[in-house]
Amino acid sequence: MPTSTKDAVLSEHAANPGISALLGWKPAAIVDALWDRSELTLTVAVDDIREAAKVVRDAGFNFLEDVTAVDWYPTEPRFQVSYHILSHGLKQRIRLRAFVSSDDPVIDSITPIWPSANFYEREVFDLFGIRFAGHPNLRRIMMPDEWEGHPLRKDYPVEGYR
Amino acid sequence: MTEFVATGSLLEPHVVEGSGDTTMVLNMGPQHPSTHGVLRLVIEIDGETVLKVVPDIGYLHTGIEKTCEAKFYQQVVPMTDRIDYLSPMSNNLCYCLAVEKLLEMEIPEKAQWMRVLLNELTRLNSHLVWLGTHAMDIGALTVFLYTFREREEILRIFEHVSGQRMMTSYFRIGGLALEPPFDFFDRVQALIKILPEKIDEYQNLLTGNPIWVSRLKGVGHLSAADGIALGVTGPPLRASGVDFDLRRDMPYSSYEKFQFKVPVSNDCDVWARYVIRLEEMRESVKICQQALDGMPEGPIKADSPKVVLPDREKMKTQMESLIYHFKIVTEGFPVPAGEVYQAIESPRGEMGYYVVSDGTAKPYRVHMRNPSFATLQALQVMCEGRLLADVVAVIGSIDIVLGEIDR
Repeated sequence: MPTSTKDAVLSEHAANPGISALLGWKPAAIVDALWDRSELTLTVAVDDIREAAKVVRDAGFNFLEDVTAVDWYPTEPRFQVSYHILSHGLKQRIRLRAFVSSDDPVIDSITPIWPSANFYEREVFDLFGIRFAGHPNLRRIMMPDEWEGHPLRKDYPVEGYR
Repeated sequence: MTEFVATGSLLEPHVVEGSGDTTMVLNMGPQHPSTHGVLRLVIEIDGETVLKVVPDIGYLHTGIEKTCEAKFYQQVVPMTDRIDYLSPMSNNLCYCLAVEKLLEMEIPEKAQWMRVLLNELTRLNSHLVWLGTHAMDIGALTVFLYTFREREEILRIFEHVSGQRMMTSYFRIGGLALEPPFDFFDRVQALIKILPEKIDEYQNLLTGNPIWVSRLKGVGHLSAADGIALGVTGPPLRASGVDFDLRRDMPYSSYEKFQFKVPVSNDCDVWARYVIRLEEMRESVKICQQALDGMPEGPIKADSPKVVLPDREKMKTQMESLIYHFKIVTEGFPVPAGEVYQAIESPRGEMGYYVVSDGTAKPYRVHMRNPSFATLQALQVMCEGRLLADVVAVIGSIDIVLGEIDR
């Protein structure tokens, strides 16, 4: 059964090094926690994401697998940025996510923590239009530079056969 | 704790600027024989020494993630074949496992073992193409002809079991599409019986060859810390000394029941990646043999009539089966809301599918984390300071497929 209330998840998985490190650093940074289908999801305040990534990395979750986004149009905050982080030693995963509003979609880049976020964040920027503050080279990666719009947004028009 | 190296040159701006009279910017690609697909590399060279390699990707525009959002869950399976034409079964498996995790569905044992068997054949298929083309890039043509001879037999087996050589779509959410045909196991047995000596043959052709050795040894150095920081997975990371394999360490689809070694090397160069993939092929043969020896009896589809299509015969004779068939085909099946990330060890490294469901019959979001995409970022680190010809050897050693990189 999924455990959905924040306090229940945090107490049930108190031994998880990622959770204990984040609680030791700044308890207010964890906005929500979810245990669903054997996967741990922590929602982090959008301003804290870079520091949270650093704290989680130092707690043993050493490998950034993926950065991607989900567009929850038309609800606000509209964009969910998901980070999948793996620990080679613990053989565990943790998912961090942060919600970004649509009027000014900006979130801190985590390239200083993991250089591999470079391509992932450029992909999210290109396809969703979320900007990453502090990214060294935030340019389109898939689409041509002069392309208008961001194809993976839900309000981007889809043409042709459906 | 590993010290992370924020590799400076990768984080610099995209545009290459010639630093004076001695350097020159060279465009390799967009279409180059050493890349599987369209990739442009902007290379700054000083004489023959590589100063900087900037990959420029994004020529395919498949729109595959957007298309998935307009399909039913089961209609996405054939889409996943198109991601990587060398390992369609791995993509099928990863997507099916992700959706099955969302549905919290149990898969019959025989289907799981068949998936393992076919995935190891896919790994052999992919590594054979890698070895042949990698050797061809460096100038040894004979190996290419030999490996494609064996690969042909694997493709015949795929065609025999699924009706397709490359875009197999043989896996289904909840199991497999069909029972394996009557002489399927015999043909796999015949193939894996000859494969070890064939692998010896390739090794004899290449390992003792002085040109091959000098083109590979010490080229394309990638340290473990750089590899982890840059998101490298699979054989390139194991060649840098990181002993991690998802099949062994975070098993899926009954991999925990198989005995196999995970080859690791501390040489960190192109040579190590070549040795590790050859060893992986030998281990794959062993896994295939174990799967053949212990293949369980039983059904190949989960007992879940609202998700899995009924047998053809049942559909013709039973009203309920006809109704379920009709409903699955026309309306799909709803998947409980939630999000999952499922990763498997594909031939190129960690492949992950991130599937978000909003409770309807169509996925709200499907994201594919493909190994080549991340590994490409490490190209600059591996090529810096080497000769131009080494760039080709390094691209071959990361076993790139551009379908995985573009969206």
